[in-house]
Amino acid sequence: MAKFYTKEHEWVEMAGAQATVGISEHAAHELGDITYVELPKIGKSVKQFEALAAIESVKAASDIYAPVSGKVAAVNQALDEAPELVNQGAEFQGWICKLEGVTEAELGALMDAAAYDEYLKGL
Amino acid sequence: MEELKATPLRTDHENLKALMAPFGGWLMPIQYSGIIAEHKWCRERAALFDICHMGEFIFKGDMEGVFTFSVSSIPVGRSRYGFLLNDVGGVIDDLIVFRLAEDEAMIVVNAATTDNDFAVIRSRLKNPAALTDISARTGKVDLQGPLSREIMVQHFGAAIQGIPFFKFIKTSILGSDAIVSRTGYTGELGYEIFLPADKVAELWRLLLQDPRVAPAGLGARDLLRLEMGYSLYGNDLDEQITPITAGLSTFVNMNKEFVGKAALEREVEQGSQRMKVAFKVDSRRAPRHFYQILLQDQEVGVVTSGAFSPMLSCGIGLGLVKPEAAALGTRLTIRHEKVEMEAQVVELPFYTGGSLRS
Repeated sequence: MAKFYTKEHEWVEMAGAQATVGISEHAAHELGDITYVELPKIGKSVKQFEALAAIESVKAASDIYAPVSGKVAAVNQALDEAPELVNQGAEFQGWICKLEGVTEAELGALMDAAAYDEYLKGL
Repeated sequence: MEELKATPLRTDHENLKALMAPFGGWLMPIQYSGIIAEHKWCRERAALFDICHMGEFIFKGDMEGVFTFSVSSIPVGRSRYGFLLNDVGGVIDDLIVFRLAEDEAMIVVNAATTDNDFAVIRSRLKNPAALTDISARTGKVDLQGPLSREIMVQHFGAAIQGIPFFKFIKTSILGSDAIVSRTGYTGELGYEIFLPADKVAELWRLLLQDPRVAPAGLGARDLLRLEMGYSLYGNDLDEQITPITAGLSTFVNMNKEFVGKAALEREVEQGSQRMKVAFKVDSRRAPRHFYQILLQDQEVGVVTSGAFSPMLSCGIGLGLVKPEAAALGTRLTIRHEKVEMEAQVVELPFYTGGSLRS
């Protein structure tokens, strides 16, 4: 399934009742060199748009919000030692975590890739 | 808001696609390829920095009592780091004085403080007319990194080969009078080059043609200096912080008279209310300016500078704390809203592998 994006620059990609979450290429580029990712605890439940994780770059520290509600099923442990993976592929190997128990209905509050591109042009 | 000043290299930075941002009243390059890549280049090869924003003054004659050290005691051909203080011992600026000749010196000051420094120094001179602000017509670039000596010698002559740390030579670069000084702000072997502002772009382009050289911005410069524990004016030093508080009494000569000395003597006698600490974070999390410092859940101070250190792979920082929190090995908590990190007071420099004295 395709990726959907939030105004805070997270992305989510659903596969059945599970979703993969990360920050957008645009966000990674804006942050610059990423030096630390605070991964969420496995089993943590979040509501859509609640704080899920945190990310730091050489320039700034920011929160990562949950693009959809769910329960953390897996985290990208590789980011502990190599947070630069987010710079190398924010929407691929730089994913943050997987959520389970998600529902497609919440995607209605997000943007698809084309709408997100339009949104970025307006920033 | 006052309009930002631009250095003679502004279009060069724009052509290099630098990210530009305001710093000290100037529009400066923050990064080119990326802060961590530029930092690494400086630690391993040679990085070129545009430092034209800093201020330079020339003076002739007697300048005793103005700074925290005696200018006349600096041998000709050497430079010294120290402070311009207010009458309560606070730091108006940190600066370097270059003794150019028996009766002539150059003072190099921070960009944001240049105009005020000039006014303060003038007001303290017996002959104010002897002080000239040459900032506008003076350009400065820094070449810093383990390969900088061989590069400088190859381009500008063998006289550079033997310049020791904190010495300089007057020489000719691109047909103009220049000063090449073995100083810097990175912890690496390196040079600060002063030459006429209208020659800076030619020098910049010449050095960048060398494959061993890459440009580095103020982002990398800040990481490099913090890994050495060097103070940044405006963060770790200001008019409310004395050199004693900041742990920089080495750069103060208490046997000489200078403005602010009485306050420093009182502080030494009565003990400091706050002290500078250097600390390492247990994780990759970065402390940042104004984060709180706690000792056993009691607030004891504030972070003045902090970053993720690429060389140490952990967060590092400087702060001002109550004396009971300053002993080496003390465990501290750094807090900002819901962000919390554990840290330990360590010795400076954080990074000891640099080529500074090689």
